[in-house]
Amino acid sequence: MGIFQRFARLPLKSTYIWSLCPQYSTDLTAVDRALIVRSSQLIQHRCVHSRVMGASPGNPGAAPPRLPFSRVTREDLAFFRTLLPGRTITDPDLLKSSNVDWLKTVEGNSEVLLRPKTTEEVSQILRHCNERNLAVCPQGGNTGLVGGSVPVFDEIILSTSLMNQVITFDNISGILTCQAGCVLENLSNYLEERDFIMPLDLGAKGSCHIGGNVSTNAGGLRLLRYGSLRGTVLGLEVVLADGRILNCLATLRKDNTGYDLKQLFIGSEGTLGVITAVSILCPRKPKAVNVAFLGCSSFQQLLETFQCCRGMLGEILSAFEFFDASCMSLLEKHLKLTNPITESPFYIVIETAGSNATHDEEKLHKFLEEVMTSSLVTDGTVATEATKIKALWSLRERVTEALTHEGYTYKYDISLPVEKIYDLVQDMRGHLGDMAKNVVGYGHVGDGNLHLNITSPSKDPALLAAIEPYVYEWTSEWKGSISAEHGLGLKKRNYIYYSKPSEAVALMGSIKAMLDPKGILNPYKTLPDNIH
Amino acid sequence: MSARVLVGVKRVIDYAVKIRVKPDHTGVVTDGVKHSMNPFCEIAVEEAVKLKEKKLVKEVVAVSCGPQQVQETIRTALAMGADRGIHVEVSGKDYETLGPLQVSKILAALAKKEQADLIILGKQAIDDDCNQTGQMTAALLDWPQGTFASEVNIEADKLKVVREVDGGLETIKIKLPAVVTADLRLNTPRYATLPNIMKAKKKKIANVKPADLGVDVSSRLEVLKVDEPPQRQGGVKVETVNDLVRKLKEAGRI
Repeated sequence: MGIFQRFARLPLKSTYIWSLCPQYSTDLTAVDRALIVRSSQLIQHRCVHSRVMGASPGNPGAAPPRLPFSRVTREDLAFFRTLLPGRTITDPDLLKSSNVDWLKTVEGNSEVLLRPKTTEEVSQILRHCNERNLAVCPQGGNTGLVGGSVPVFDEIILSTSLMNQVITFDNISGILTCQAGCVLENLSNYLEERDFIMPLDLGAKGSCHIGGNVSTNAGGLRLLRYGSLRGTVLGLEVVLADGRILNCLATLRKDNTGYDLKQLFIGSEGTLGVITAVSILCPRKPKAVNVAFLGCSSFQQLLETFQCCRGMLGEILSAFEFFDASCMSLLEKHLKLTNPITESPFYIVIETAGSNATHDEEKLHKFLEEVMTSSLVTDGTVATEATKIKALWSLRERVTEALTHEGYTYKYDISLPVEKIYDLVQDMRGHLGDMAKNVVGYGHVGDGNLHLNITSPSKDPALLAAIEPYVYEWTSEWKGSISAEHGLGLKKRNYIYYSKPSEAVALMGSIKAMLDPKGILNPYKTLPDNIH
Repeated sequence: MSARVLVGVKRVIDYAVKIRVKPDHTGVVTDGVKHSMNPFCEIAVEEAVKLKEKKLVKEVVAVSCGPQQVQETIRTALAMGADRGIHVEVSGKDYETLGPLQVSKILAALAKKEQADLIILGKQAIDDDCNQTGQMTAALLDWPQGTFASEVNIEADKLKVVREVDGGLETIKIKLPAVVTADLRLNTPRYATLPNIMKAKKKKIANVKPADLGVDVSSRLEVLKVDEPPQRQGGVKVETVNDLVRKLKEAGRI
């Protein structure tokens, strides 16, 4: 089993090994080299089974060959059907949407979709799969952008869609405990009726599950104000690969008793355990929310506006987002949205949230007067009513949607020092020239997080080769992160070394091996094919 | 043209807010609830400002009746391009019982005082859905009315109005001075941009009392009770056709 597993994990083209990890070549023996050649031959044959759209051998984002997991048998199906009557889906039509990611760039061919309702059911599923060596792909709302939420081959899809119950809510502490399959927007609505809000908000809120948000350590639009899930999640209930239930569902703000295990699972993208319940600290619903939509003529002025904003709005600032003129023209072209102000090279969305409308409006108006008179901002508008606020936010939130109408999108979610953010966009424009149809930049500039998107009418390997690894090397040079909030999933697993040293990745591998020795949880994702 | 347009704007509970009935069933909760300009009034303001930009009218005056807070609503109209505002002070019990009849008397009096040539209002307010103020104002002034307007054009001294009616669209020509009420498709209101918001701070809002206009704001209507509509029952999903037939029989539907 050992050698087979070893060469089966090797990437497709032998040359790839050398380009990604040069020191490895000196350690190869003649036997290893023979195995690599043999594996490439076998893998070409097996390539047919991995229908990763747009992939080609030698592309680090493409799927590796299928690992030797068992295949689902009639006996397995009988077990699932007894455990989950009516909730074991094998109909190919029903499976189709769960096999393809939201961006329609990755497709697996799972033949079984399971919909447990309770943690106990998840435990029994995983215990069975672990014994039988069946791979499992946990799936929430399937809104991930790095191909981490869909199977690569025939992994069993474990969906949280029926685990959608709120367990408890304490309206003094603001601590919400719920199952992992609760849709974020539903939780927001539930909390708003009780005068609280979720500490995170993202464009995918209508579909994403809180379990998925936690497994990917989602950031979103409110991170600037309420911090990341690593601070707001107080406890987790996780089912481990062998079916053991780990109940760390504390509802305590402070608990320093031993190692904080939940931090391992937050952001682990379903590879260390399946999150089944979450307890999360929720902030009070702000009484006064205002949104200002501003136009700036240069990125430098945008940054100065941010500094001014921090100084004058500080404690009430809850979001500071930007997008460029290219994004605005796509919004106008594909979604028929109107630009509320005059054309500008950059647009900023600022949200304030506070407990007193009069105070906040005064602070906001002073700030707006300051940035207008000092010409940091060329035009802008303000909204205090819910309908107008939604309209202004939708300009920022729907950029992702507008891009999907342009053909094929190459998405990069980069963390950089704030001053460097737009340099990357301009550099890419110059570097790609006519090869790309659009090169746009938008994102959480307040958090130093850029969403760089490049489009072409259809998938173009030459364009991809020009973008990668150039964009990752650029990021690495400025000590940035190649995936600020989207995670690594399938597409970016092999780029981890651009942002993490080998000792760190090696330790991650050890932890994975300890928690999931058979590697059945979301294989082919997050960790690189070759840990060295 | 030296025409002056009077635009009525009403401060209502914001369209997106969930309405709650007061525990004593005398009305809805308004304290601490987000208010904004009635959407149809926004369309009315937009139309008036458009006419001014086309140089078909000289001055746009925004009017609102209510307590101190309605000044915000007038400021929004000023930020959209109105030239000055008039705040008719009505507060307390009088404000709670203020309805279309009293408002139309106030607007009629103001139209005469300000020598307005055109009054543009929203077709109805989203809180009471009365759809009466425009029509009553026209009647009190004995002016023609073009209601549910989806298109308005000034042709010499007449107004050509395309109205949205049940059977389709009706085009009428009415003489000025006239009252027009705005329907949804008349235009898309602009966002008030910062330079205009700054300018609006300097524009004048005059204060007037209904008594100064000779209007009695007492109401002849009494609200007896306010209730929520019955809760909508959820649907039920069934697994098989037999279940569906059985459930329909149980509900007495077949």
